[in-house]
Amino acid sequence: MTTTSPVEKAGASTATYVDQRLGSNKFLSRNLGKVFPDHWSFMLGEIALYSFIVVLLTGVYLTLFFKPSMVEVVYNGSYVPLKGIEMSEAYASTLNISFDVRGGMLIRQMHHWAALIFVASMSVHMFRVFFTGAFRKPREFNWIIGVVLVTLGLGAGFTGYSLPDDLLSGTGLQIIRGIVQSIPVIGTWGAFLLFGGEFPGTDIIPRLYSLHILVIPGLILAMVTLHLMMVFTQKHTQFPGPGRTNDNVVGYPLMPVYMAKAGGFFFIVFGIIALIGGLVTINPIWIFGPFTPDQVSAGSQPDWYIGFLEGALRMMPNWETNLAGFTLSWNILIPAVIMPGILFTALGAYPFIEAWVTGDKREHHLLDRPRNAPTRTGLGVMSISFYLLLFVGGGNDIIADAFDLSINGITWFLRIALFVIPPLMFVFTRRICLGLQRRDRDKLLHGYETGRVLRLPHGEFIEAHEPLSIKDMAVITSKTDIAPLPVPPKADIDGVKNKQFRKQNLRSKLSHFFYGENIPLPSAAEIEAGQAHVAHDAALEAPLASYEDADELRQFHGGVLHHPGMPETNAEQLADRKE
Amino acid sequence: MKFLAARRRNPLVAIGLLLFALIAVGGGYAAIANVQPAQASVGSQTQVEEGKRLYLAGCSSCHGMEAQGTETGPTLIGVGAAAVNFQVATGRMPLAAPGAQAVPKDPTYTEEQIAALAAYVASLAPGPAIPTAEDLDFSDADVAQGGVLFRTNCAQCHQAAGQGGALTQGKYAPNLMGSTPQQIWEAMATGPQSMPVFSTATLPAGDKQAIMAYITNLQTASSPGGLDLGRLGPVTEGLFLFTAVFAALIAAAIWIGMKAR
Repeated sequence: MTTTSPVEKAGASTATYVDQRLGSNKFLSRNLGKVFPDHWSFMLGEIALYSFIVVLLTGVYLTLFFKPSMVEVVYNGSYVPLKGIEMSEAYASTLNISFDVRGGMLIRQMHHWAALIFVASMSVHMFRVFFTGAFRKPREFNWIIGVVLVTLGLGAGFTGYSLPDDLLSGTGLQIIRGIVQSIPVIGTWGAFLLFGGEFPGTDIIPRLYSLHILVIPGLILAMVTLHLMMVFTQKHTQFPGPGRTNDNVVGYPLMPVYMAKAGGFFFIVFGIIALIGGLVTINPIWIFGPFTPDQVSAGSQPDWYIGFLEGALRMMPNWETNLAGFTLSWNILIPAVIMPGILFTALGAYPFIEAWVTGDKREHHLLDRPRNAPTRTGLGVMSISFYLLLFVGGGNDIIADAFDLSINGITWFLRIALFVIPPLMFVFTRRICLGLQRRDRDKLLHGYETGRVLRLPHGEFIEAHEPLSIKDMAVITSKTDIAPLPVPPKADIDGVKNKQFRKQNLRSKLSHFFYGENIPLPSAAEIEAGQAHVAHDAALEAPLASYEDADELRQFHGGVLHHPGMPETNAEQLADRKE
Repeated sequence: MKFLAARRRNPLVAIGLLLFALIAVGGGYAAIANVQPAQASVGSQTQVEEGKRLYLAGCSSCHGMEAQGTETGPTLIGVGAAAVNFQVATGRMPLAAPGAQAVPKDPTYTEEQIAALAAYVASLAPGPAIPTAEDLDFSDADVAQGGVLFRTNCAQCHQAAGQGGALTQGKYAPNLMGSTPQQIWEAMATGPQSMPVFSTATLPAGDKQAIMAYITNLQTASSPGGLDLGRLGPVTEGLFLFTAVFAALIAAAIWIGMKAR
């Protein structure tokens, strides 16, 4: 060591002191240099992490003042329109946080906004992972952890939404009770168990409180830790590009680049949450009033992430079956229990289903471009459109009121659309993906269209094509074509019946469904020939591609890309070519 | 006195005196005449006749020649002056177009004409009268109690913040943010359109005043939490989240990702 500055000396001796006790230097030097690939969409998960941190910090502050009690008190705080009204202590303490605790309103609103952002960013992050195929081997477990995290996020959100014991949250709890009751056989018992007796009782708020501040955040923290550790050990996936393969990671080291980027992004997320927490009202409980079971407000909605369940409930026809004196409430059971059950199971199982269907056992560290997996992309868009239609249904009354529509008309439209639009979206999306694949193939064989129309000396007009840049070439040729599984034989050559035929046949059919429509990548020789041809043409006209790769100053002039020193006019170009 | 004495024979004096007399008589008459409308709700005979004339011209095609009601309009016998005043003064009647329910617009009739129509309909059978100034005085009412009454009786259609809400088949409970105390009273007393009647037996005058106080408070209160997003609850909050907040977050992510190039 040749350091002379006292600061560096102090730092070095501290590091040595700590290292001698923890062995941390080796760990840090190994991990701080870890390389992460760069893309904006890889930061969606970070938004989730940072908003969760904000939720934790603000939540701690709120626990200092919130009283999870359903004891009836008479409000005597500073919000006049509720003065002298009987309410639960939970509601009164939330009013106090809002109006009488210093900074309470800001923290409460930050907590709620951050919670909404937490679930929203998890969802959008999940879309990214799905459409790029990042859930494939070896990351299936991490996908499941992600699904668990989303579910826990919904649970954390809903328990928090219910805690203030205002009119809106009480209405939500009443619906939850109805949902529990709709479960056959155990429903009624379950509802009594959950609420400790009749609705609303005095137990539910303290119970939700311990779930909200202890159980669920604990589980989320554990899952987040696992999630991040797996990202760390499995390394992050990357988009295809020059020099990026399935066996490397191209990007920047954690220290200092990602520490700075991620640290900076944390403060941006924190700042945005603080800004809207201070400027934009969320959940104005003082307007909704304290919960009593005989009151309800028009336009009662859950927070956005429960909106799809609300929509499903609102859309469902009123079906009931009376079975030997017991009522089966299909009108609640199907939309609120069976549908989300299927949705989340399918979500968690998707990586395994796709792996089985495609027979793909390879490890994937290079991401798919969504167009190169048209069936998966189609299924994703189909599911999102299904979800969005349910989501719209959750706000049908607000939409009806805002746009002067009939609520019955909206409901009927959605009931039909729910079965018509998602399959159409699947077909459209797959077509669009295949169209994009065709375009890629075209680029490989004929170069890219520059948009420059040139007039040749003998009068002919042509559009100049140019060879692809190294980057485009690497991205487009990252596609791998996989043949669908063959149709299995019914019997082998000796006439022995294939006992697995039905299963194998199903798998083959699904595999054809998945891979059947595909625009194959041209062979390497074809690509080379195509690019060489384009390059030849381009070289004839004007050697622009090389300038472009050199990334020098270019001017756009009269439809022709010019480079300093290049001929300006047609006459000059012709003279140039004759040389 | 010298000043006046010297000029009393000036020719302009006659004109001045004449003007003074005219203004005194005209102004005096106008001051007395202005008192009249306050007593108009009682309904003088001439008012009833004027009201009947207006009724036959403008309303009878749907409500019937004798206000007995037809297939296209309900009977007006017994609806009272309050119902007429509410429907006509808010422009709901005459109906602009057939639809799920009458839509408010600028009133078609003048105040005197509305008073005449109300007097005519009130003369057919007893019904809720137009509220007096005393009825509408809610200065002593308990706002908080009004809030409880509002949430119990009104919020399930008009929404907890009085922003209105959807009813079946395109009908709706209107937004109350522009409603005057008189309109609120009349609506409660007469139950226009899909609204139930909150008679004096259901909601005594004191309760009605408390509700008016609460609605007025909702109309005038500032939003303690900042921008109120229309006070519509989670739907507009979600919309704001995905349009504004998420756009900002993703723009920041793209910006940070972009710097790498």
